[in-house]
Amino acid sequence: MDNISIVAVASIIASGLTIAIGAIGPALGEGRALAQALQSIAQQPDEAATITRTLFVGLAMVESTAIYCFVVSMILIFANPFWTYIIEAGGN
Amino acid sequence: MNITPDQIIFWQWGFIKLNATLIFTWAVMVFMVFGAWLVTRRLSSSTEMSRFQNLLEVVVFQIQKQIAEVSRHSAESLLPFIGTVFLFIAVSNLLMIFPLYEPPTGSLSTTAGLAVCVFIAVPMYGIRSQGWKGYFAHYIRPTIFMLPFNIMGEISRTLALAVRLFGNVMSGTMIIAILLAVAPLIFPILMRALGLLTGLIQAYIFAILATVYIAAVVRARSEVLREQDKGEEKHG
Repeated sequence: MDNISIVAVASIIASGLTIAIGAIGPALGEGRALAQALQSIAQQPDEAATITRTLFVGLAMVESTAIYCFVVSMILIFANPFWTYIIEAGGN
Repeated sequence: MNITPDQIIFWQWGFIKLNATLIFTWAVMVFMVFGAWLVTRRLSSSTEMSRFQNLLEVVVFQIQKQIAEVSRHSAESLLPFIGTVFLFIAVSNLLMIFPLYEPPTGSLSTTAGLAVCVFIAVPMYGIRSQGWKGYFAHYIRPTIFMLPFNIMGEISRTLALAVRLFGNVMSGTMIIAILLAVAPLIFPILMRALGLLTGLIQAYIFAILATVYIAAVVRARSEVLREQDKGEEKHG
């Protein structure tokens, strides 16, 4: 396999793995947070506004790890610096 | 496929580029400033008011209320900064309903600029309320060994603010572009509706996080004052 194919294969596999593995943790964490928040709202409906606001902020913080993974995988696919480098270096 | 509106270049002269991010940022700014000027030109203090004045009053009042609830002290000093950031992000995300419009917040340059604004605003508010000494003493608390971690925390949360907003808005436009190739009939519209919701939530989260960061350095001061008041009452 020449250099271009190696970079392409590595980038595609790595981006797939990045988003797949990176989505697991935040998904579990967000599910737990949401379940807790629902339970809290059921117990104390008066505090729903505060709980919802804190939940949104917390979810955004948790979700940002997944977003980092997404950004990395998008960069690997659409704006790959190694790919550009290899192409400019003449393919070999 | 364009990952950011930075790559759509309308005009270029040497290294000076006029890209979609700049154009749409200015469009949003002109829209907001001109709209605000148009509405506030004829203000009325009676119950008879134009519908747009009513809208702006509701928006400003709600922002003020949220800031007061989150920061737990007066919203007066925070309102100009937080309100501007929130309205800019919200308007630039909500204008997505117009065709051919690319949200400027989908570019890392814009979000990094906004995050740097927050990065600068935090010490400004801190120094204004606690003084130079009080603010910088906060870095070496509880011990001097925490200094590198405090500095790293400030930098990493700025990075997180920028990448979070960029990632969310960019993923919205990206998913629509991918769906247009896979299922172009109805699903892109649904995802765009979801994109409007995420855009508004991300604007809210950006503003709330900026409020929390600023309130953390301002609150220390008000707590100190309250404790002093209590102490004086006890002695008196």
